[in-house]
Amino acid sequence: MNGELLISICVAAIASGTSILLPALGEILAERSGVLNLGVEGMMLMGALFGYIADVETGNLGLALAVAILAGALLALIHAFVTITLRANQIVSGLAISLFGGGFTAFIGKPFVGSVAPAQLERIPLPGLAGIPVLGQVLFTQDPIVYGSFVLVPLMAYFIYRTRPGLSLRAVGESPATADAMGLSVISRRYLYTLAGGALAGVGGAYLSLFYTPTWIDGMTAGRGWIAVGLVVFGVWDPWRAMAGAYLFGFVDGFQLRAQALGSGIPQFFLNMLPYIFTIVVVAIASGERVQKRLGVPTALGQPYWREERT
Amino acid sequence: MIVSLERRANLTLTRRIGIQAGSVIAGALFGGLIVWLSGYDPVKAYGEIIGGSFGSGYALGQMLAASIPLATIALGTAVAFRVRVWNIGGEGQFYMGAFGATGIELVGGPAGWPSQVLIPAMVAAGFAAGAAWAALPGALRAYLGVNEIITTLMMNYIAILWVNYLVYGPWKDPQGHNFPFSPRFPDNATLRPLGLGQLHAGIVIPIVAAIVFLLLLSRTQWGYELRILGENPSAAAYAGISIRRNVMLAMLVSGGMAGIAGMVQVSGIVHVLSGQISTNYGYTAIIVAWLGQLHPMAILVVSMLFGALVNGGFAVSQAGIPQALGVLLQGVILLFALGAGDLFSRYRLVLGQAPGKKRAPLLPDDRSALSAQP
Repeated sequence: MNGELLISICVAAIASGTSILLPALGEILAERSGVLNLGVEGMMLMGALFGYIADVETGNLGLALAVAILAGALLALIHAFVTITLRANQIVSGLAISLFGGGFTAFIGKPFVGSVAPAQLERIPLPGLAGIPVLGQVLFTQDPIVYGSFVLVPLMAYFIYRTRPGLSLRAVGESPATADAMGLSVISRRYLYTLAGGALAGVGGAYLSLFYTPTWIDGMTAGRGWIAVGLVVFGVWDPWRAMAGAYLFGFVDGFQLRAQALGSGIPQFFLNMLPYIFTIVVVAIASGERVQKRLGVPTALGQPYWREERT
Repeated sequence: MIVSLERRANLTLTRRIGIQAGSVIAGALFGGLIVWLSGYDPVKAYGEIIGGSFGSGYALGQMLAASIPLATIALGTAVAFRVRVWNIGGEGQFYMGAFGATGIELVGGPAGWPSQVLIPAMVAAGFAAGAAWAALPGALRAYLGVNEIITTLMMNYIAILWVNYLVYGPWKDPQGHNFPFSPRFPDNATLRPLGLGQLHAGIVIPIVAAIVFLLLLSRTQWGYELRILGENPSAAAYAGISIRRNVMLAMLVSGGMAGIAGMVQVSGIVHVLSGQISTNYGYTAIIVAWLGQLHPMAILVVSMLFGALVNGGFAVSQAGIPQALGVLLQGVILLFALGAGDLFSRYRLVLGQAPGKKRAPLLPDDRSALSAQP
């Protein structure tokens, strides 16, 4: 494999990985607060469709992104209400949210299928940095969302591990009863972080429909929301590790797309399987390691909290 | 005046059914609201759905035909969910079952095996292929603690790609005008039609399976182990019940049932293998299992309702309303049943003053008796 091809795969890897990284970061926040959100796939589709519609109607990218954030957060609000307030099973609610999101966006988005997003995100080489050989090309000739994610990952890591609200977030996910006794509101925090997770999933979806494949097709996320949930497991709820996982995924995805384009002789269906196989493998490796080292699942993950029933 | 929740002691069966039915209806009404806000006519949409599933003998047959795969997958899913094994790979296991059955059909069909031999062999192959597809996530969960939700889902995508590879490649019908289908199943490989729409003899499979599961769950030691595992895994471990073995079993049974459903679909309805044999059956079946409260008989009933919704998707699309309405309504109904239905099964709404103020005295009020004495 020659150098230029490898660099082009890496550039594609960052872009593809970012569409997973953003929802994965959101899922880290939600899960750290104790809410398992399996509705990410649906929330990404909401962001993808409504961001796209706003783009088509106004041609304003900033507005499109804002709408995508709202759309993702709105669906997350339903999940939050059903699981936090009504205390329903988080797994089943998440599944219902993903199904609903898929059905709803396919239903609403029918008239929009097939056109191309008028205003698309564009790659902006960063002056100076983009000139660095190889690294500059891979990292600094990207689009603003990618740059945003470069900032978001360290910020989130700092927030989770080094700040007081971050400590509260972890407390709520580890031992809600203790957090409650300390005077922290479990319910409002869980709402907040679930909504933040939905918002990030919405951005991840819009990144697909406004940049990666700038159009709307039903189910265009093709499992990326689920892969993001898997990456959180792989990343043991840590933003940096999630980032590494997302780019690894992006590399596999970029590789299979290039291999298809160049005609490798391997049937495209097998190449298309690679990202999914990759996800199974990394989640399995990370889970084995986690069991051995007893690393970090938030203890209260998936359990509704009800003050009157605390033990 | 505040609204508060009060725990219900226990619930009669009729009231439980009433609450579930109420939340399904509420979900359907909310779905109608979405349809209306999207600029379509909700009365027309529901008219098409109801007419398309209950309006005639043909419609009824179509509805029942759509409910067969749903019930078959959901029965297996319910076994897994009872031990908190979240197998959501029904879709992929369904495709693999169809693949396994088609593999046998390609050998025995043209060779003219009698259907009394070929059909059971196809069922067995469907079960085996579905179970094998579930075995990998099952083993990963049982031995490495790998979250099965993610792995089973990823396996769905892989299974569909695999079937597509076959029907675009080695299994494509040479006389099929280049369509991505396997050769058409001969008569000895197809389930007998019952003369009502697409309804076919495969309907006996979920009915028999429901009865078998009911007996297994209520009358055998395995059913007893499943119940304990589902309710209290640590107590089960102390009692010497193997969690690993039961996780694997639950996976194999649920995967196998989804595989049989795949076989029934290709042999009873589609008569070819293709990448489009399922309209989300594997996912819809999860809703069916949950709404049926993981109870075999309830699952049979709920699967008919959802058969009507799947079928309704086709019906509305002919009236110019997007077919995705069916999936949309499924999601909404599940959310309502989950949120409102489960909540009201456990708690009742109390309208009135704050609980502390209005609470009935625990003992007969003896203060008044005291004050009555001088």
